Amino acid sequence: MSETRVTFPHLGSYCVPIEVLFKEGVGVDYITPPQITQKTMEIGNKYSPDFVCSPFKYNLGNYIESIEAGANTLIQVGGACRLQYYGELHEQILRDLGYDFEFINLSNAKLRKLRTLISPLMKVNPQFPIKKVARILPMVVAMAKFIDETEDFIRKNIGFEVKKGSFERYHKRMLNTLRSVKTKKELAKVTTFYTKAFRNLPVKRPNNPLRVGLLGEYYTIMEPFSNHFIERELASMGMVVDRWMNISHTTLTNPKKEKERKSKYTRYDMGATCRATIDRAEYWAKKKYDGIIHVKSFGCTPETDAIPVLRNISEDYNVPILYFSFDSQTSEMGIRTRLEAFHDMIIMRKDQKK
Amino acid sequence: MRKAYLGLDIGSISTKGVVIDSDDKIISREYIWTKADPVGAVKTLLPLMKEQIDFNEYKVVSTGVTGSARKLIGAITDSVIVKNEITAHAIGTMSIYPDVRTIFEIGGQDSKIILIDNGFIIDYAMNTLCAAGTGAFLSTQAERLGVDVEDFGEFALKSTKPTRIAARCTVFAESDMIHKAQIGHTKEDIIAGLCEAIVTNYLNNVGKGKKITPPIVFQGGVSKNIGVVRAFEKTVGNSVSVSENSHLMGALGVALIARESGTERDFDFSIANMSFVTKGVECGRCANNCEIICVYKEGVLIDSWGNRCEKGVIRK
Repeated sequence: MSETRVTFPHLGSYCVPIEVLFKEGVGVDYITPPQITQKTMEIGNKYSPDFVCSPFKYNLGNYIESIEAGANTLIQVGGACRLQYYGELHEQILRDLGYDFEFINLSNAKLRKLRTLISPLMKVNPQFPIKKVARILPMVVAMAKFIDETEDFIRKNIGFEVKKGSFERYHKRMLNTLRSVKTKKELAKVTTFYTKAFRNLPVKRPNNPLRVGLLGEYYTIMEPFSNHFIERELASMGMVVDRWMNISHTTLTNPKKEKERKSKYTRYDMGATCRATIDRAEYWAKKKYDGIIHVKSFGCTPETDAIPVLRNISEDYNVPILYFSFDSQTSEMGIRTRLEAFHDMIIMRKDQKK
Repeated sequence: MRKAYLGLDIGSISTKGVVIDSDDKIISREYIWTKADPVGAVKTLLPLMKEQIDFNEYKVVSTGVTGSARKLIGAITDSVIVKNEITAHAIGTMSIYPDVRTIFEIGGQDSKIILIDNGFIIDYAMNTLCAAGTGAFLSTQAERLGVDVEDFGEFALKSTKPTRIAARCTVFAESDMIHKAQIGHTKEDIIAGLCEAIVTNYLNNVGKGKKITPPIVFQGGVSKNIGVVRAFEKTVGNSVSVSENSHLMGALGVALIARESGTERDFDFSIANMSFVTKGVECGRCANNCEIICVYKEGVLIDSWGNRCEKGVIRK
C-alpha cells in the first residue's frame, strides 16, 4: 500500500485533536471524514443491518465517504456495549463491498496500557514513533479537554447571545485554529485567546433562566447531527443547556473516582453509559434543574435499561424527563412538537412554584 | 362590535376550527377531513365557519394555529400564534374541565397523555416512532370488518365477552384479529376486543407507568367511540369524561392562547379564495440537500423553511 492515510469516524468536534495526533504525532496523513449529512446516513443505512443502533450506521457512512475522499486506513475503537463488536462488523461489510483498506481495530486496547494501543498501530507503521507520540499526547489530551470546556460554556450561554450566530462563528473559527496547533505553547496561546473571546461575547441572561440537562447514550448525545441538533434547538428557546457526557469526563480524567460514589439507584453497573446517565439525572434532580432530556439511539440496550430508573428519579424528585429515541428516520416536526411542549411545560412549572 | 378569536387545528387526518368570543363561548365550529391537503382543507373549512358567524355582532381579531400542519397554515393565515398541539390541547381542556388531572388524547396518527396539577402541565408523553393504537388503525379495521367506524362504539357495547386481541403491536393485533374471526368469534366481540386492545396499547406505549389521577378527560377523534371510552373506564377503574367538543380541544385551546396573547391582527376570511402554492426546492448547496418549502400567496413568496443551515435561507 502506498502512503498511509488514516481516518476515524466523526464524534462532535473530536476530529480536530485526532487529526493533530495522527499528523503531528504518528506522522501519517489524516483524512477528516466529510461533514455528516443526510447522505452519510443514507449510505450507512443502506449497508448496515436494519436493527443495528444508528451510531453504527453513521460510522459506516463516515468510513465510506472517507475512503472515497482518499483514506486507506480505518480505525475503530471498542466499548462496553455493541460498540465492542462494531470493528469486526464494519470491516467485514466494507470488505464485502470490495474496498481495499487497512483496518485497525482497537477494541481490545486499554487506555491505561499503552502497549495494547500501540501494537495494533504498529502493524500499519512498523516505525511507529513512540517517543514522538508520547511527547504530543499530553497536548492532544489538553486540546480535547479545552474543546469540552469551551463547548460546555457555549451550551450554557448561547441561548442568550445578543448577536445571533456569534457563538457558532467563534466555535468554528476556534476549531479551525486548533487544527494547526503543534505544541503546548501554541495551544496555550489559542486557549487564552478563545477563553477570553467567548467570555467577551455579549449575552443577555435573565436572572433565573431555565436550566435543562441533557443525558443519554454516548454517541447520540455527542454527535449533534444524530440528535437533530437538539442542543441548538433547546438553546434557541432561551435556556441553559447542561451536559456532563464528553470524552474528558468519561475517558480523559480518571474515571476510577466515579466508581466510589454511592447512589440508592445504582447498585450495579448495567453497562456502557447507563450508570453515568442515572448518576447525572439524580445530580441534576437534586440541583433542581427545570427539566431533563434523555436521548438515545433506537434499540440501545444500556440506555433502555436506564429508563425505568429515570422514571423513579423523575417521580421522587418531581423533575420532568423527556425521552427521545432516534433512528435513521425521525420526523423533524415530531421532535419540534415535543420540544416546544416541553419548553411550555417547564415554564408553567416554574411559574407554579413561584 | 364584539371581538372573536379563531383557532385552527390541522391534523394529519382531520382539520378542526373553532371561533370563540371573549366569554369562552363557541360561536362557530367545524370538523372536516384533511385528506392529505392541509391548504385545501382550510380553504374548505373557512367558508363553512364563516356562515355560522354573525358579522354584524362579531369581528375575528386574532388567529391561532396548531396541529402537524401548523407551520404551513400559520404562514398562510398570518396567525398571531403557532402552538404545538400538546399545550393547545391542555389549555383547551382546562377551559372546560378546570379540575382535570389526566388527559387521554387519541387522534388519527398520534396519541398523547397529559398530566395536569393545579392548572399546570406537569408531565406529558406522546407516541414515538409508530402510530400503533391510533384512529388510523381503527378505521382500517372497521373497513376490514365491513362496519362504519362511526358505528364501532355501538357494536362494541353489544358484546358481553370481548375477544382477547394481542395489543402490543397493531400489525400483530391485525393478524390476531383475523385469526379470531376465522375461528368463529362474533363481530361484536371482536370489535369490543379491538377497543380494549387500543386501550392496552395506549396505556403501555404512551401511558408507560405514568400515574393516572382522576378526574380523567378523554379526547381526540377516537373519544367519539363509546366502546373505547368504556374500555378505558374498565381498565383504569375510574370514570372518564368526554366533552361533546372532545374532537375540537386543540382548536379551542389555540383560540384561547391567541386571545390571551393580546396581539390582534384582523382575520381575513377571503384567503379561502386566494391561491396558495407550496413549492419544494432542493437546496443543493451541500450534501444535505435540504428540501426547502416555499409558500407563495397569489404568486408572492410569504415564507420558507426546511433548511438546516444559513446556506439555505431564501429571502423574501
